[in-house]
Amino acid sequence: MAAVQDHGHGHGHDDHHPTGIMRWVTTTNHKDIGSMYLWFSLTMFFIGGTLAMGIRAELYQPGIQILEPELFNQFTTLHGLIMVFGAIMPAFVGLANWQVPMMIGAPDMAFARMNNWSFWLLPVAGSLLIVSFFVPGGAAAGGWTFYPPLSVQGGLGVDLMIFAIHILGASSIMGSINIITTILNMRAPGLTLMKMPMFVWTWLITAYLLVLVMPVLAGVVTMLLTDRHFGTSFFNAAGGGDPVLFQHIFWFFGHPEVYIMILPAFGIVSEIIPTFARKPLFGYSSMVYATASIAILSCFVWAHHMFTAGMPVTGQLFFMYATMLIAVPTAVKVFNWTATMWRGSMTFETPMLFSIGFIFLFVIGGFSGVICAIVPIDIQVQDTYYVIAHFHYVLVSGALFALFAAAYYWLPKWTGNMYSETLGKWHFWLSMFFFNATFFVQHFLGLAGMPRRIPDYALQFADFNKISSIGAFGFGLTQVLFLYIVISCIRSGEKAPEKPWDGATTLEWTHLPTPAPYHSFETPPVIK
Amino acid sequence: MSQESSHYYVPAPSLWPIVGSSALFFLGFGAALTMNKMELGYGMLAVGFAILIYMMFGWFGEVAKESEAGEYNGSVDTSFRWGMGWFILTEVMFFCAFFGALFYMRVFSIPWLADAEHDLLWPAFNAATSAWPTAGPGIADDFVEMGAWGLPAINTALLLTSGVTLTIAHHALRAGDRAKTITWMIATVALGVIFLACQIYEYGHAYEDLNLKMTSGAYGSTFFMLTGFHGFHVCVGAIMLTVITFRLKAGHFTADKHFGFEGVAWYWHFVDVVWLGLFVFVYLM
Repeated sequence: MAAVQDHGHGHGHDDHHPTGIMRWVTTTNHKDIGSMYLWFSLTMFFIGGTLAMGIRAELYQPGIQILEPELFNQFTTLHGLIMVFGAIMPAFVGLANWQVPMMIGAPDMAFARMNNWSFWLLPVAGSLLIVSFFVPGGAAAGGWTFYPPLSVQGGLGVDLMIFAIHILGASSIMGSINIITTILNMRAPGLTLMKMPMFVWTWLITAYLLVLVMPVLAGVVTMLLTDRHFGTSFFNAAGGGDPVLFQHIFWFFGHPEVYIMILPAFGIVSEIIPTFARKPLFGYSSMVYATASIAILSCFVWAHHMFTAGMPVTGQLFFMYATMLIAVPTAVKVFNWTATMWRGSMTFETPMLFSIGFIFLFVIGGFSGVICAIVPIDIQVQDTYYVIAHFHYVLVSGALFALFAAAYYWLPKWTGNMYSETLGKWHFWLSMFFFNATFFVQHFLGLAGMPRRIPDYALQFADFNKISSIGAFGFGLTQVLFLYIVISCIRSGEKAPEKPWDGATTLEWTHLPTPAPYHSFETPPVIK
Repeated sequence: MSQESSHYYVPAPSLWPIVGSSALFFLGFGAALTMNKMELGYGMLAVGFAILIYMMFGWFGEVAKESEAGEYNGSVDTSFRWGMGWFILTEVMFFCAFFGALFYMRVFSIPWLADAEHDLLWPAFNAATSAWPTAGPGIADDFVEMGAWGLPAINTALLLTSGVTLTIAHHALRAGDRAKTITWMIATVALGVIFLACQIYEYGHAYEDLNLKMTSGAYGSTFFMLTGFHGFHVCVGAIMLTVITFRLKAGHFTADKHFGFEGVAWYWHFVDVVWLGLFVFVYLM
């Protein structure tokens, strides 16, 4: 097991580091890098959110008001790409950076220098994406899934997107190899795999999925690039290829990707619920096995995104049943969270509120997922607002709510200050209200046949769209409140007690002071 | 060499990552602009490559120095092993995407294009005319397929032999025979370089004599992308083997501590295995 560095060695073991901007540019400290990841993702969240506000403003009423259709398409495309690759994924990696070493009693990440590179690739990729708005032809406009032939026909913006994805992929791969190696190799003595906190478990499995599918994404965007510029025929029927081939390879990446964005959220909720229910997590080992089952199953369900693209019935049946099977381990998790709360001494601080909100709304998103998995229904709802509603229930009220929960839960540990509980609760209830106002009505829009990715719509959809847009503006403004809460917590928050959550049992709460020192676990704790 | 330290080595703050990021910034923009025939792109690509090479020398040189200074204890060594293993898995998955494309075209998309449903669209493309190798229904340029038993078979022998010579070098290193290690490393690199030369000759032959190009539909796409990416990996592997050879000459590595060597050897064997897949599925079948 990893022993930690002694002070007599003279290689950056102490708090001596460059100051100012160079501290952040050169750092090899997992906490610094974690903070940069989190701030980067919050920035991208607001940029992607601004695009969403543009989309909802255009859809506020029928007709073309604000965004020309070309620009609208660029907005939907970049909103998706920025939120998935720029906001949600880096936020989880940032949490892993902060928390994994502290939760397993390690001095830092296994590859501290590479860790810095994983982060500093993100602003490069982000700049490629954002600059693409201003090049001739504008940004990629074929949807965040960039299906050919649209993506083969696009201009310079598509190439910038392709290289941005390559760089993001390199960042994710390095980040996930780092996380896997840290977890497998640097746990404190006695911390066996089946004693690891659930957050660490879920990240181990997530990182494994990332390592497995990010290279496939790199492969498929490479094929897109050569089809665009070097005359290959991967997605060109005239040459024997098939645009549907792109969809297969893309979704072989894309479906595990959605679990990459939700498994760490499961981990967060599995830490927070026991803390505030003051009971150990119900069914720990079944949680581990359920997570692993979800990860394995997620590699065999990709074609449920393409039921209408043309596929043999046998294929449709296989992917339908395989998809529905995922509901089983997911239900195990929901059952365990509920059972953990059962007869617990519950209190409802902001992290707990967001976690419970997560369970409620994620379950709705899960159910609509099962509905979409049923082939005959999917043929009806494919490419409608029903699908938009479905995946925003799992990504916004799922992944994002869990991220908020995590931020509130660990802010005292990171900053040494408490956030404002009153404002935190306001943030939760406003988010809860406006989120549902935005997305619940989209189920009805989708069932009534409103297609996604279209800037105009028939008059019959006007009322629900107005409600959805008002909800979206409210949701967007509410997130400014979150920014305010975080900043005021850092700058002027009340000093946090050593252990603000009395039900917390993981190492960062039991073995480290608050705020966590710059270098933690210089000597590894021994776990009995 | 100083004594192996007891702590887990956490490197001091470093500039190399940001240097690497700026390289990728120039490479990303440069490549996108170049492909759209914009002048600025070439300059950016050149700058990007220059910075990248500078970073590799600097960063990897620093790692070698730290390793020789004994900063890496057994636990760090284990981390490197995990890291390299998972990295090779990502490489395997990258090739899986391209093999998947090959299988999909041969098993699904080409037979579908040739079936009765597509008779109106491509009347001349049927079960007989769509036999592999094919450029697909809409590309008229005829080509001749690349045979398996000429140069590709020789290439197979070259790469497999290089795996053997590398293993001999490894055994020699473990036995502490540095001169023998270096000799067999040179043999390995030479085999790799000969392989690459044969590949370049084969590509020339394809373009000149067989009229087989990247633009030759399904066959040309998969042939050049699969063998091309493999060739690129052989090239990278050969460079890494060369670096290791120079490090051996400089007295780096010991009989029982030489993961730099082993990691590169793993990579070389991986490249070997991918070639076997290529030989069977691209050349033979």
